[in-house]
Amino acid sequence: MSGAALRMEDVAFSYGDMAMSFDLAVEPSSIVAVMGPSGSGKSTLLNLVAGFETPASGRIMIDGADVARRAPAERPVSMIFQENNLFAHLDVEKNVGLGRSPALRLDAPDRAEIASALARTGLAGKEHRLPAELSGGERQRVALSRVLVRDRPILLLDEPFASLGPALRREMLELVRDLHGERGMTILMVTHHPDDAAALADHVAFIEQGRVSALAPSSVMFSRDAPAAFSAYIGA
Amino acid sequence: MSRPDRRVIAGVAGLGAVGILIGGAFAGLLGEAVNDWSGAVSAFDTYMLRVTRFTLWQAALSTLLSVVPALLVARALARHPHFAGRALILRLFALPLALPAIVAALGILALLGRAGLFADVLTAVTGTRWQGIYGLSGILVAHVFFNLPLATRLFLHALETVPTDQRRLAAQLGMGARASFRFVEWPVLRAALPGVAGLVFMLCVTSFTIVLTLGGGPRATTLEVAIYQALRFDFDPARAVALTGAQIVLTAIVVALLMRLGANMAGDANLPVASRAPAVAGRAERILNSTVMLVALLFVAGPLAAIVISGLQADLARLAADPAVHAATATSLVLALLAGLLCVLLSLSLTMARRAMELKRPRNAAPSLLERMLDTGAGFVLVVPPIVVGAGWFMLLRQTGQVFAIAPVMVVTVNAVMAMPFAIRALRPAYDAASARHEKLCASLGISGINRFRLVDWPSIRRPLCTALAFAMALSLGDLGVIALFGSDAVQTLPYLLLARMGSYRTADAAGLALFLGIICLMLMMLVDRTRSRT
Repeated sequence: MSGAALRMEDVAFSYGDMAMSFDLAVEPSSIVAVMGPSGSGKSTLLNLVAGFETPASGRIMIDGADVARRAPAERPVSMIFQENNLFAHLDVEKNVGLGRSPALRLDAPDRAEIASALARTGLAGKEHRLPAELSGGERQRVALSRVLVRDRPILLLDEPFASLGPALRREMLELVRDLHGERGMTILMVTHHPDDAAALADHVAFIEQGRVSALAPSSVMFSRDAPAAFSAYIGA
Repeated sequence: MSRPDRRVIAGVAGLGAVGILIGGAFAGLLGEAVNDWSGAVSAFDTYMLRVTRFTLWQAALSTLLSVVPALLVARALARHPHFAGRALILRLFALPLALPAIVAALGILALLGRAGLFADVLTAVTGTRWQGIYGLSGILVAHVFFNLPLATRLFLHALETVPTDQRRLAAQLGMGARASFRFVEWPVLRAALPGVAGLVFMLCVTSFTIVLTLGGGPRATTLEVAIYQALRFDFDPARAVALTGAQIVLTAIVVALLMRLGANMAGDANLPVASRAPAVAGRAERILNSTVMLVALLFVAGPLAAIVISGLQADLARLAADPAVHAATATSLVLALLAGLLCVLLSLSLTMARRAMELKRPRNAAPSLLERMLDTGAGFVLVVPPIVVGAGWFMLLRQTGQVFAIAPVMVVTVNAVMAMPFAIRALRPAYDAASARHEKLCASLGISGINRFRLVDWPSIRRPLCTALAFAMALSLGDLGVIALFGSDAVQTLPYLLLARMGSYRTADAAGLALFLGIICLMLMMLVDRTRSRT
């Protein structure tokens, strides 16, 4: 797998009385931190790319094809949410297996793939645990394992590590960076932490009032040349 | 995501099935009314006026006698979380909900009837030969037996919404019984009162079995019983049409009023758990409250004990060998199972469709008419009681000569639809919660259709589904309304057989059957409690 290019062109969507319009171009295999105040539209942007929201107009191009009208499962996209990434009544192996077959019909190669994904994320030996028997960090590792077996060129992270402690969050970010090094998928990551963005992302997209008001390399965004509104937001 | 969701199609089909059942009944009524218009109009006479007045009068009295004591009992239970008999009372108060009305009626007769356990005592007290509790007093005792526990549980539920901190604050401020009633308990009770009273009133207006078995003659007859008598004994369809019309108008008015009050029409089968409230009652209050709880306990336990005692006195061995009992048991169980399954299927289709439509609609948009119908449509069956639906179909099919052949279908469908409000109340929270958790995940992984049901929905709704199934089965098992209209020697259920044995003065047989039927229903409800407590 390698990353795909993502382009949002005049993607219009209204949420209540807030009208949003997104324009964004992301290079293949880059990692973009999506930052901005609460309610600015960060999660909506991710939901539009994933297909949970349908835009009123505009195009969402992934590797040159417009996916804006496709069902979520038909898009070359995986997403990890802040919570509810797992089915509580299914064990770890089955939760990951759903990434291979939505009917959970798994053959031997599928199972081998699942086992290696679990081993890669440090969950070997926990195949038959239920989500309730796992820690918060482990649950998100299961979700990451599923991303590995689904093997889609774009990964959306909607603050999946926000509820973890600082050390654990850093550990998870390192895992994401390693997986990115191996697979090269394009990553959009919503985060409130400038440190996370600086550590992981090569670009930062700043969202204000339903628009992408700035998109620049992290080195620029975390320097004195950053847009004033962004500096004010991160308190730099 | 713009493809038509299969869940919505299933829901529309379910709604259509309910519509056909209700619509067919109305077609039968209208056809009969058109057929014999003058007869139907002339049936609005003094007899009907008297029946209507009695229907309202007994319902009002029953409500008053159930709700006011329930306030006292609920408050006593809430203020004494460590009272020794509290758990027993709560458990016992759950029983009448599961008990078929005819079983309770037999229990009350076994206790207070002419040959009841208390007959000798009552003869000594009153000085004249005790004639048994029939008519208005019998109806009231039975209605209070059913509704005092229900109202108590609903009020207790309301009282347990008082935040623990507020109770602690009341205790710290040194509020006595009177002050804490005024500032802490009465506000929540007052909020719950209209809904609870309305629900009890509605249940008493549409009560059929109790009035049929304990009421007597034209002086103690309600609209529902009068409909039944007009169809089964007087062969006077014109009168039945007029009575049914009056009943529909009456229940529609009551339901409309209840909706305005925000009443919870489906009742509540939840058992409130022990409150964490501190025990603060003084000595005098403790004695008073203990007395209140003890009296309530005896009032509910009395008929239950009488069912067991008189049931055990019956010739159970002979009953167990009676082929009529075997046939009725088999018929009852099969029909109840079918009604339960149909109920669960219809309820599930409505629940899933409503959720699917809610998800598809933009967040701020108002729900469409279809979504609103999926939401509350099942509740409207409460406006048309089983007897009314049965009466409509009875008239529709009268011409065909197939009235009694259709009995099993009517019993199954009417009971299934009547249990739907309860089933939906059990299913919907579980399904909606599971959907809220899983909807995005299913969409992103492409889990849909039968895969989704098998892998995602089924595990989360399995237990509430069993609850709904058992509840619907218990309701159907105890039903006498539809089978009273459509039953015959060919199709007999246990309640029908019980009524027949009562009618032919084989009281001991009836008592034995009542015990048997009561045990079956209680076992089903215990199953409900077990599945519920494991969730």
